[in-house]
Amino acid sequence: MKRATFGALISHWQKHPLQLLALVVGLAIATALWSAVQAINSEARASYARASAQLGFSGLDVLIPENGTIPVTSYVNLRRAGWKLAPVIEGRWRLPKGSVRLIGIDPLSHPSASALTDATTFKLVNLTSPLQIFLHPNTKEKLDGIPDLPPITLTDSLPTGVVLTDISIAEQLLTHHGQLSRLIVLQNKSIGLTPLAVLAPNLILQSANGSQTGRLADSFHLNLTAFGFLSFAVGLFIVQGTVGLGIEQRRNLFRTLRAMGLSLNQLVVLLLSELVLVALTAGGIGLILGYLLAGALLPDVSSTLNGIYGESVEGELALRPSWVLSGLGMALFGTALASGHAFASFYKMPILTIPGFQSRAHTAGTGYKMMAITGSGLIVTGGIAMVLFDGLLVGFALLAGLMLGSALLLPLLLSKILTIAEKAASGALSEWVWADMRAQLPGVSLAMMALMLALATNIGVGTMVSSFRLTFLGWMNQRFSSEIYVSVNNDEQASELVNWLDSRGVTSLPIRWAEISSMGIPIRVYGAMDHSRYRKNWPVLQAVETLWDDVFIGSGALINEQLARRLNLWPGDELALSTDWKVTVSGVYSDYGNPHGQVLVSLSNLLHNVPDVPNRQFGLKLPLKEVPALMKELQEDFDSRDILAIDTTDIKARSLAVFDRTFIVTGALNLLTLGVAGFAILTSLLTLWNIRLPQLAPIWALGVTRRQLAWLELLRSLALATLAAVLALPLGLLLAWVLLSIINVEAFGWKLPMFLFPMDWLRLLGLAWIAAIIAAAFPAFKLARIKPSELLEVFAHER
Amino acid sequence: MLLSVRSVSKRYSDSPETRAVLCDVSVELKAGTSVALTGESGSGKSTLLNLIAALDHYDSGDISIDGTSLTGLSDKARSMMRRTEVALVFQQFNLIPSLTVEQNLSLHARLGGRLDLEWISTLTQRLGLSDLVDRYPEQISGGQQQRVAIGRALAVRPKLLLADEPTGNLDETTSSEVMKLLMELIQTSGASLFLVTHSSRIASQLERQIHLSEGSLQ
Repeated sequence: MKRATFGALISHWQKHPLQLLALVVGLAIATALWSAVQAINSEARASYARASAQLGFSGLDVLIPENGTIPVTSYVNLRRAGWKLAPVIEGRWRLPKGSVRLIGIDPLSHPSASALTDATTFKLVNLTSPLQIFLHPNTKEKLDGIPDLPPITLTDSLPTGVVLTDISIAEQLLTHHGQLSRLIVLQNKSIGLTPLAVLAPNLILQSANGSQTGRLADSFHLNLTAFGFLSFAVGLFIVQGTVGLGIEQRRNLFRTLRAMGLSLNQLVVLLLSELVLVALTAGGIGLILGYLLAGALLPDVSSTLNGIYGESVEGELALRPSWVLSGLGMALFGTALASGHAFASFYKMPILTIPGFQSRAHTAGTGYKMMAITGSGLIVTGGIAMVLFDGLLVGFALLAGLMLGSALLLPLLLSKILTIAEKAASGALSEWVWADMRAQLPGVSLAMMALMLALATNIGVGTMVSSFRLTFLGWMNQRFSSEIYVSVNNDEQASELVNWLDSRGVTSLPIRWAEISSMGIPIRVYGAMDHSRYRKNWPVLQAVETLWDDVFIGSGALINEQLARRLNLWPGDELALSTDWKVTVSGVYSDYGNPHGQVLVSLSNLLHNVPDVPNRQFGLKLPLKEVPALMKELQEDFDSRDILAIDTTDIKARSLAVFDRTFIVTGALNLLTLGVAGFAILTSLLTLWNIRLPQLAPIWALGVTRRQLAWLELLRSLALATLAAVLALPLGLLLAWVLLSIINVEAFGWKLPMFLFPMDWLRLLGLAWIAAIIAAAFPAFKLARIKPSELLEVFAHER
Repeated sequence: MLLSVRSVSKRYSDSPETRAVLCDVSVELKAGTSVALTGESGSGKSTLLNLIAALDHYDSGDISIDGTSLTGLSDKARSMMRRTEVALVFQQFNLIPSLTVEQNLSLHARLGGRLDLEWISTLTQRLGLSDLVDRYPEQISGGQQQRVAIGRALAVRPKLLLADEPTGNLDETTSSEVMKLLMELIQTSGASLFLVTHSSRIASQLERQIHLSEGSLQ
């Protein structure tokens, strides 16, 4: 009985293979995009864990500062109190050929010292004498040409992109004098010792299982997850549409089966079995696609994480059982979620009722209102959460509320717009077209939601990236206003260089800074000479009128946006750089890409408070056409071990290349989401095909040709895509504003100005049109070529 | 002669072997007259009606309406013929579900460029639809839906009204009411009526009756 019944149920798909294809492909795509992102994330996390284990940081608790760094005095106090700790200094060491992660450890107390002194690996004991630096062979290229480095030992035991050395060398290279990054807690038991929370209330004890990755990299993974989830949701729209239709079309069959003695529960179990079968098949296909997609995207993700966030992702994509199981689980969960509504209606509706397309169209109004109320509730909840709470997750909650809420508002909005259009239509045919579109809405609204979300995401993320790029370009031009930047090794070489430059009439501006710690935050204080370069070019966001005069007479200071936001200091506020060094904030400047606080004071003010600031870097001002000649002369007249000169154009080009590479993944996911939305329209139009004919045949009988009807199908799809695009625009811009003004501030500490890119909107509208035309082309072609006999079947009642 | 069907044959090839549905059928209808076509299920009644409505193509013979032959007529011209000269009433009403009763009533006339609001108003009143104009088809009864379909067909003032079992889905009382209205309005509009029916009772209300059996006229 069950086998025969199951066979009868499944025979529906034999009759409607396109519907089955839409269901399987929709679910496979949803699973593929979600699992691709999960594969990338888990690969990255596994890589971080591998790197952590290689460096001996895994399995141990770590003390980290609330803000900035840990003063050496705190470390000494804890040691005196009996705590066994291993100090670590860590930071990005910026080099002409990119940056590396520089880690300084104390070889005598480092937890893995004994393990790492294995004869087959590198001898950590060598760290003591003579002082060396250790790195992976693949990292060596970045250090080529750097003068006066300690001896280098190459080892495969370290991850790529990491340089390990003695803490004293790291302190010099990073200029983190007396400032530690973290303390590894070497003992688990603390009997008889004063608790760490009492001894060092400003330090946070991070458990062995806690995240070792930076906050920025975490937010990047969160972003990827959000994208994956959005794509998953868009894919589920396809599933919901096809499952609902599959149940509705089989109501006659259900009625017959019930009449033959099948209970409702038995029928539900059989339908669920059918869905599980489909979910597992589609999930399996999705996993294969997801694996391939992750493999394609991983190199770009790795490059992004390495270039911007300083995290290294190595190795090939591994097929993890947990990933396979979670992917199949998501396919089953997604199917259950997308089928829930259809099953609920199936339970509620009397079995003898055969709901058709006609009743759906006119009973949909109440459903639209309920959806709109829920959607408005979600938007308001997101807004309230943002007002009441802070943090990155709340920002994402606001985004989720906005996106989902707007999607739920869409059917009601579209219905109202189409009603207005119908009333405004003058011709009989156009009136029918608008009315027909409104009647079609229950069948296509999910696809329209998917399209609107995809377009809004494209507009939002595109506006964010383009605004960031434009701001970044402008900022680079302002910030790197010298034509050449030169570094030397000591003050004697600096004097020699300045004299050499003076003799050639080249203006040199010293770049001198000191690392200090104020209010527990590490701050780099720059000293600037009074020069038009600063007055004309510095990227100031907010300032008092007498900004530069205040700075150069020594009373004022400029601070970067990150510091301003972290300490809530704005023009007019006072900043204490030390107990007896106070300045008034005269202005705030943008400083993109730098996670740390910065202050700019006059050079005399800096030297007065920190007399031993080294003088080893200079910005050279000269006409652009003279740059190549001067670079050549510098190379000829100075030993390359003593001097490092970089052409600004080169810095800008490299920075921009890193920037663009960062957003390759975002662009790819954007396009994929749009593709899925296009597919959602196609599947909804195809699944509607059979119930469309009874709507179209009478119009054909009234004298509208099949060719005209086919064109109208195309125009209908275009009109719906245009409406979705028009409604997606304000949502996309709102999304961009949230990303630029809320998420960025929470994640990175800087706010970006928002620019509008109407040409990009037109390009997106074009893409939406292409998706709509491709989706409607097949049904329209079918309609144009349909045989009259097929249309006549609608009226037939004898043959 | 308004309608002239001469030696029309039609075969269907939807099964492994082709099947003759109409064999050498000839029939004529003068302007302002009516004819009922009866026959068993599968005898080819609806096929003949569809051929006359220019909805389908015949294999041989010729059909002309008001002197215009349908043979070789383009799809566009056939559509234009349906918009202005011929109107159809179906057994299953086939109203447009997304349009109101009022919009359905005027649809054909507007498509044919023959919108006459006064005439539509008369039809609405005569058909007893005045209180239903704002409703959608699914919100009215079967008898009311068929009255809307008749109104829609007559609103264009066709020369020829083709009705395929117009009361086939209605109960006896409603069926009689609808037929009475149809006959009255046909007379008022001056259209000719070609009606397909199973019912000899309904056929007897028309001026002439012809019978189709196994694809041939008896």
